[in-house]
Amino acid sequence: MVEPSSFWSEKLKKLEERDKSGDPQYKKWKTEVLDLWNHGSEGKEFTNSSGIPIKELYVPGDLDGDLNERVGFPGTFPFTRGIYPDMYRGRLWTMRMFSGFGTPEDTNRRLKYLIQHGESGLSIAFDMPTLYGYDCSNERAEGEVGKCGVNVSTLKDMEVLFDGIDLGKVSTSMTINAPAIVLLAMYMAVAKKQGVPLDRISGTVQADILKEYIAQKEWIFPPEVHLRMIRDMMVFCTENAPRWNYISISGYHIREAGASAVQELAFTLADGFHYVEMGLNAGLSVDAFAPRLSFFFNSSINFFEEIAKMRAARRIWATVLKEKYGARNQRSMMLKFHTQTSGYTLTWQQPLNNIIRTTIEAMAGVLGGTQSLHTNSYDEAWALPSEKAVKVALRTQQIIAEESGIADTVDPLGGSYYVEWLTDEMERQAYSYFDRIEKAGGILNAIKIGYIQKEIANTSYKRQLRIEEGKEIMVGVNKYAEENEPPIKILRISKKAQLSQRKRLSDVLASRDQDKVRRSLERLEDAMKDESINLMPYMIDAVESYATIEEISNIGRRLYGGWKEPVIV
Amino acid sequence: MAAGKNLSLFRDKPVKVLLAKPGIDGHDRGMFVLAKAFRDAGMDVLYAGLLPTPEEVVDTAINEDVDVIALSLLNGAHLVVFKKVADLMKKRGIDDIAIVGGGTIPDADRPKLEKLGITGNYGPGTPLKTIIDHIMMRAEEARSRKLGIA
Repeated sequence: MVEPSSFWSEKLKKLEERDKSGDPQYKKWKTEVLDLWNHGSEGKEFTNSSGIPIKELYVPGDLDGDLNERVGFPGTFPFTRGIYPDMYRGRLWTMRMFSGFGTPEDTNRRLKYLIQHGESGLSIAFDMPTLYGYDCSNERAEGEVGKCGVNVSTLKDMEVLFDGIDLGKVSTSMTINAPAIVLLAMYMAVAKKQGVPLDRISGTVQADILKEYIAQKEWIFPPEVHLRMIRDMMVFCTENAPRWNYISISGYHIREAGASAVQELAFTLADGFHYVEMGLNAGLSVDAFAPRLSFFFNSSINFFEEIAKMRAARRIWATVLKEKYGARNQRSMMLKFHTQTSGYTLTWQQPLNNIIRTTIEAMAGVLGGTQSLHTNSYDEAWALPSEKAVKVALRTQQIIAEESGIADTVDPLGGSYYVEWLTDEMERQAYSYFDRIEKAGGILNAIKIGYIQKEIANTSYKRQLRIEEGKEIMVGVNKYAEENEPPIKILRISKKAQLSQRKRLSDVLASRDQDKVRRSLERLEDAMKDESINLMPYMIDAVESYATIEEISNIGRRLYGGWKEPVIV
Repeated sequence: MAAGKNLSLFRDKPVKVLLAKPGIDGHDRGMFVLAKAFRDAGMDVLYAGLLPTPEEVVDTAINEDVDVIALSLLNGAHLVVFKKVADLMKKRGIDDIAIVGGGTIPDADRPKLEKLGITGNYGPGTPLKTIIDHIMMRAEEARSRKLGIA
């Protein structure tokens, strides 16, 4: 392993030494043709979300050295052009529509609807009480049950959620973070009840707590407690559920919280490196666990910037895993990722325009080489999507996949002077952040002192001011706006969801074996007090006794308390 | 009263705003943008932190003697949770602190919130100036009541 303190700055130095002397023929063209043309581009500003100035033209001279070495071939190191040799020719990306609302019955119906319309993988959204480890009966859950996703308080809810869905056949992604270990335990318990062995289940829990402190702000305990739970899932799944991705290292929320593309890239990968080091510290060899690390990126509206970001992400990950962490297995170096189109870019105004935005963003995800994709629905600036809007979003992917021809060849933009230059530039700026994060004491410390959060809040505010000033256009919002738009039909979650969830919970509480619950919770508490114990079996035991998500979370709340974030603004 | 008519009210002490998300909702991007924008507009800005209860929001507003409580939710719970804040204020007999709202609030819900005295209720894409002007207008009402000149 290379001495960590020098790794990032050495790399950065090398990238900065790339030859930028330019192309004499380009200079000739610029003075003799372009400068004489002068048709109104001067004074205009061309930059992307990362603040990178964009030139009018990119030429071979913008690309230093041996392009083949850093771009290479798909399916080979450094995977810039894609992780598989044939990419979508062999198998299309997984169309994975994030869904969840109301009661487990409601969501079960939506999942079956999506499967019936050609969706190839499940993706579950949970409501706020579940995400923060509260039961639906908690006073704070009032008005929130089933609103932003499906509510799950006990194993009973999970049994209903997956009723009639064979967990040995589907892959399921669950967007759950702070209580990820509890939901994974429930999923494993449902699989057991269906007679599906653990080594057959496949899917993902998001579980990336670092980005919660950075962006989405859904934590329960101090960082170290959550990190220990991730370590336990990592070790347990590596040994028992080898097809389960116990973490999805997520840039999506970092971006939605206001980061630029390059910040999303850098902070997400920095989180990823932290998890690699955690696995190594837990005594696992890098090639034993790194192949199961997966990522989740945002695809926003600046088309080429997103594509360059995804290509750069693959190259950086492969290079660092190989050179810094000593990976030898190619699969450890392959950055595989899910993509979701940007919720932030969707407008409340003229909502049908959102279909177009989502199409552009989805195309960027595909051209960026994603392994799975969620396309947002046009009504999502307003509410959780209606069935009609979800279908259009799914059809968008199907049109890209099966009509457009975009998926016919691997990395069609590879070799584009602009895209390759931008990929290099994103890479260089990411290393510059890695270097700064290291100087701030590593990613965990950078989060604790609020450095990362402040960087994002500053970018977000600057962008808002640019929109206010009309320097950045949002069609239908600060340009081409219309008065008195007719309202659209949106999905509303009825209060019945809360009532029926509370009813089911009280039935479970009345019918479960109280002694069994108490004993399982005591054993879990004892295990929590000893860092060296893996919590996973105790979690499975507790959920199988029908202990609630809040009872389980309360053990940690009592032992460790919560976490107060540093002042950001 | 139109905004900016009575700026002398704030000569000694600028408009003081408490930004809060009183539900179980961590979407704070908009709050942080507003905090910076309000500060740039000369206001004194407090942020209630992650997941404050309605009680905590009301306590902080009273203890800090703010002019306006600015509530935000993007999780669909505004009708229940904003109401809790308004009810608590009423129960404590506070009428010199204004409450405004914002977030993903469907058109149909706006009149219901207005009835509770929660105004604004702006959605995504609202210009900062619109929000700042509204805060100023409500702050003037609140400050006038505080000073007994309403």
